[in-house]
Amino acid sequence: MGIHIIKMPDIGEGIAEVELVAWHVKVGDMVAEDQILADVMTDKATVEIPSSVAGKVLALGGAVGQVMAVGSEVIRIEVEGAGNLKPGATNAAPAAAAPVSAPAGAPATPTATAASVSSSARSNEQTPAHGEQTPVRAEPVEALRPAQGERKSGSATASNGAAPARHGNGNGKAPAALVRAPGDKPIASPSVRRQAWDLGVELQFVPGTGTAGRITHEDLQAYVARAAQAQPAGVADQRYAQRLDEQTIPVIGLRRKIAQKMQEAKRRIPHFTYVEEVDMTELEALRVKLNAQHGKERGRLTVLPFLARAMVLAVRSHPEVNARYDDEAAVETRFGAVHLGIATQTQGGLMVPVIRHAETLDLWACAAEVLRLSEAARSGKATRDELTGSTITITSLGALGGIVSTPVINHPEVAIVGVNRMVERPMVRNGVFVARQMMNLSSSFDHRVVDGMNAAEFVQRIRGYLECPATLFVE
Amino acid sequence: MDIQHTTLLVIGGGPGGYITAIRAAQLGIATTLIEGEQLGGTCLNVGCIPSKAMIHAAEAFHQAHHFMGDSTLGIHVEGARIDIGQTVRWKDGIVARLTGGVGALLKKHGVKVVKGWATIVDGKTVDVTKDQADTKPVRIQGEHIVLATGSVELGLPGMPFGGRVISSTQALSPDSIPKKLVVVGGGYIGLELGLVYRKLGSDVTVVEAQDRVLPLYDEELTKPVAASLRKLGVQVQLGSKVQGLNSAGDAVRVQDAAGRESELAADQVLVAIGRVPHTHGWGLEKLMLAMNGRAVKIDDQCRTSMRNVWAIGDLTGEPMLAHRAMAQGEMVAEIISGKRRHFAPAAIAAVCFTDPEVVVAGQTPTDAAKAGLDCITAQFPFAANGRAMTLESTDGFVRVVARRDNHRIVGWQAVGAGVSELSTAFSHSLEMGATLEDVAGTIHAHPTLGEAVQEAVLRALGHALHI
Repeated sequence: MGIHIIKMPDIGEGIAEVELVAWHVKVGDMVAEDQILADVMTDKATVEIPSSVAGKVLALGGAVGQVMAVGSEVIRIEVEGAGNLKPGATNAAPAAAAPVSAPAGAPATPTATAASVSSSARSNEQTPAHGEQTPVRAEPVEALRPAQGERKSGSATASNGAAPARHGNGNGKAPAALVRAPGDKPIASPSVRRQAWDLGVELQFVPGTGTAGRITHEDLQAYVARAAQAQPAGVADQRYAQRLDEQTIPVIGLRRKIAQKMQEAKRRIPHFTYVEEVDMTELEALRVKLNAQHGKERGRLTVLPFLARAMVLAVRSHPEVNARYDDEAAVETRFGAVHLGIATQTQGGLMVPVIRHAETLDLWACAAEVLRLSEAARSGKATRDELTGSTITITSLGALGGIVSTPVINHPEVAIVGVNRMVERPMVRNGVFVARQMMNLSSSFDHRVVDGMNAAEFVQRIRGYLECPATLFVE
Repeated sequence: MDIQHTTLLVIGGGPGGYITAIRAAQLGIATTLIEGEQLGGTCLNVGCIPSKAMIHAAEAFHQAHHFMGDSTLGIHVEGARIDIGQTVRWKDGIVARLTGGVGALLKKHGVKVVKGWATIVDGKTVDVTKDQADTKPVRIQGEHIVLATGSVELGLPGMPFGGRVISSTQALSPDSIPKKLVVVGGGYIGLELGLVYRKLGSDVTVVEAQDRVLPLYDEELTKPVAASLRKLGVQVQLGSKVQGLNSAGDAVRVQDAAGRESELAADQVLVAIGRVPHTHGWGLEKLMLAMNGRAVKIDDQCRTSMRNVWAIGDLTGEPMLAHRAMAQGEMVAEIISGKRRHFAPAAIAAVCFTDPEVVVAGQTPTDAAKAGLDCITAQFPFAANGRAMTLESTDGFVRVVARRDNHRIVGWQAVGAGVSELSTAFSHSLEMGATLEDVAGTIHAHPTLGEAVQEAVLRALGHALHI
């Protein structure tokens, strides 16, 4: 049994520290090769940290929400064979792990150290990648030796009879299997070994019931079945079962950023929201026609590029809404360029990628840019530049747009245009009912710098362009 | 420059390389194999196969010669003689059939074979030239590179190959039989070939630096070989060092353990002191891979220190055995195809095709003791085996090593005529994790040498039936 340490990888682009946003494993878990251990977040993207080895988690290198240096210890895994940490040459042990691992029911985990993240990062620099350990400073080495020994004896018992039982979701039925001495190779025929690799199971943790502790195919199957066994069968009628469970979800990472941003916007900005309905019938007819004609080679258009163009044109006569307001300096900066923020739902939460210089883009270029940015945001590949610097924002939930919304302004901007659902409605035109494609725009403005009158004129201008789409192209 | 692209690039068409390529192709990986000489590598061309052919021919001639005298079998032969040219042609025929077969297999599986010498450009790229003078190399890029360049014969610094000093490669294709042959090195290559030449009629002297022949095997196991060498008239000089040729170039200067120098007259000197990984002359140093002595360092998946550069076989050091290279190659192909695999054999059997043959698999009693295992050891002599008597070869024994606590078998050794074939049973029982009782409870066919395997186990359990 050896110990393998996985360090915080260098994510590149000069990033020196990352925030730990999720653990996918806990102390005592068995991990397989390539299994995702943790998620970390830079100010740009979320990155998964996979395991390079298979084994049992001994200690986690930090708590969720903690900011960790690149090169610092992420996790300690007990592996078969030597590992990359030589006993006695151990460095500043599971640095910040102590608070996490100590209460987690792992009595054998050393609790001795309380080195800071930065100090563990420093000592890691002294020990190059694959652990040809250069001895570290003398004091910590000496101090750690007893703890190391203690762990060794502890893991010996844990990895034999107890480990599989604990791994089996605590149903505690460890089969009567021959106990292997620590360091003994598990004995299994080549076909069992191969099957174990295919299943991603480490044979060292599988109890062998065969003669002389041999692991049979049945042992392997039993082990896999125990590990996969679901919760015990529930009460008679699950539909009406009383539920007492609760979940505590730490607000961290992107979620924390969103929370801060929303709080900031609502705290600082006195919002007012203005809702107007827009007759989209003609624009829809044009959109359908363009898609039929050019959809194949230029890509399909949604309503968004038309709205973007309408806004670009509308802000020319209403520069006060295409602006950023620094309330501390009491300066409003109005922009000639339209950097259009597009509120985008991603797996991690709301993000606002920015279409730079929307005024320079035609419908298809705009559509392509929207697609590219939303994909970049969703895959976490959007760069910092693509996520900052907007001057006005569009928010749209598409088919889920509802009839009215009260968008929150993307601080320090001063206006946001929300798109509601488009739906065919009976309207009265010239005294008769006609079916028209109707859509509401719900827009919020910063009332400190935008008056109700200006806001209304701005929205009416947009409505004018959208209801008579030809004007989008003649102005 | 035109660049060819492939997924897997295998450098070297020996047993490791061609197996990698075939298995990869079976798994649907686009594979290119580069080989400068005949396919089949050392094993098929100048190693395992031709040496076994020559051993067989020499033994047949030796038997015929033996029957010219008084024979207990009542066979009498007159005027036995050998046409060594024909013998070599016969051997070359076998080699050609096998290497041709490898080529056909590669073709059948859709492996692209490029004839030429590869030079590493970077971790994904090689240049292939037809020969030294070729200035227009073909550049090939692969997502994965498997290094399988094998090993080369080690020469003596004071006595380079050339003239009377020959390597095992030359010794396998003799024009004539030398009157006096000095073999430098008493390991398995030196003894196998020394015995061939002795049986073909040479006066053979084996010079070994250590104090017994086959120094890598335990003494008990090598005793029957030493006895056979004596009986066949092979001179053995132990504890002696070769200093070089004398000034006339017709004798080898040898210094014994006491420091006394003497000369051994020699028409030919066969230097067989071992093989070293083939690491030079093809740009390997450009990759700056982590090394393990003279070998390329690998992990239990044959990964080198560079991502997607793999190394297998003799290039990765001892044990330099074709069957190890083949198993590694098969595994690497499967890993590249996305399967999870590790190189974790319980044992890799090793065989010396001396007379008698020696085979070892797993731990010897000494190994087990070193590993701190409490073991039972038992052996059964072929002198008590019926089949051995009918083959006129009752020298040798089978030995089993098993744990005392749970009787799991941890090693096998055997010495005797034809015991190489027992390696299959040995490896199988070790891989299956068999106990003494498992083998004891298996009916072994009678009359076979294999009965000695069962009897050795019965003896370990304290109830051998035939001794």
